[in-house]
Amino acid sequence: MFKPGDDATPPFEEPWHAQALAMADTLVTSGQVSAPDWAETLGAELRAAEAQGKPDTTATYFEAVVAALEKVSADLGVSAEAQTERRAAWEDAYARTPHGQPVTLDET
Amino acid sequence: MTQDSEDAARLHRNIHSHLPSDPALRVKTLESLMVERGLVAPESIDAWVEAYSEEIGPKRGASVVARAWVDPEFRSRLEADASEAIKDLGVDGNATAHLKALFNTPTQHHLVVCTLCSCYPWSILGMSPAWYKSAEYRARSVREPRKVLAEFGTDLPDDIAVTVWDSTAELRYLVIPERPAGTDEWSEDQLAAIVTRNAMIGTERDLVAEAS
Repeated sequence: MFKPGDDATPPFEEPWHAQALAMADTLVTSGQVSAPDWAETLGAELRAAEAQGKPDTTATYFEAVVAALEKVSADLGVSAEAQTERRAAWEDAYARTPHGQPVTLDET
Repeated sequence: MTQDSEDAARLHRNIHSHLPSDPALRVKTLESLMVERGLVAPESIDAWVEAYSEEIGPKRGASVVARAWVDPEFRSRLEADASEAIKDLGVDGNATAHLKALFNTPTQHHLVVCTLCSCYPWSILGMSPAWYKSAEYRARSVREPRKVLAEFGTDLPDDIAVTVWDSTAELRYLVIPERPAGTDEWSEDQLAAIVTRNAMIGTERDLVAEAS
C-alpha cells in the first residue's frame, strides 16, 4: 500500500470502497455524524487492525471504514440486530436471483 | 432436510450465486438500511461515487496554487484564511473542515499527513492516494520525514527545514509549492497544469516547468 511511485492505481479498487466512503462523507457533510467523531471511530478501527497484525493494504483500510460505519450506524439507531437480519436477507436474495438479473430484497 | 443436506444446499446456492465478498455485503446492508431510514439519499451516494471516481481530481487544488502564484492579493488572502479565499474560485465544495495553506520557501518544506486516520482535503484534491492512507506513511512521515521524502524521489538538503503537519477532522492542509523558474510568461492555466497532487501534499517539492 505504501508505494511512493505508484500513481496509476485508480481512486477506488472496488465499488464497495467508493460506496463505503460515500456513505461516511455524506453522513458527515449532512451533519448526522460530526467530523471528529468519524475520525476518532475510523482511527480506532485502523489502530485495532494494526494491533491485530492485519496487512497494511487498501483492503484492510476499507474494511476499517466499513467497521467504523457499522459503529456510527448503531449510534444513529441502526442496531446490530437490524444489520445482521438485513445481511441475511441480502444473502438470500443473492442465492435466489438467477445470473444476470438484478439482485433485490423484494421477493415478489 | 437434515442439517447436513441443508448446509450442502446452502453451499451449493452460494457457489452458484456470485455472493459478494463479506465487506461488500456489509456495505450493501448498511446502505439499504440507511436509505430506508432516510439517513442518506441513494442519489447523493451515486453522485458522490461518480464525482470522486472521475471528475474531482487535484485540478481544483492546482487552480488554487496557480492563482496564488500570479495574484499577490489572492496569495495574502489565502495565507490569512484559505477556506474563505478559495470560495473565489468556486472550489470549496462541501468541505466541513477548515483549510490552511502552507507555503514552501527556499528554506522551508511542508509535508502533510493524518496520523489518526486519513483526513485529507478531498473537495479540492479528490480522492487521497492509497499510500496516504497506509499505516506506514501515517507513522513514518512523522518519525523520519526526510527518509520518506527521499523514497518519493525528493531529496532535501540539510539547509531546507521540514515541517510535518498532522491533519485533523477540523483542519486540513494544502501545500503551495514554489513557482518554478522560467514560467514568468505562462498563463494561469498553463501553470495549473504542472502542479501535481503530490506537490500539494508535500511529498514532491520541485515542479518541472515543461509547457504542455
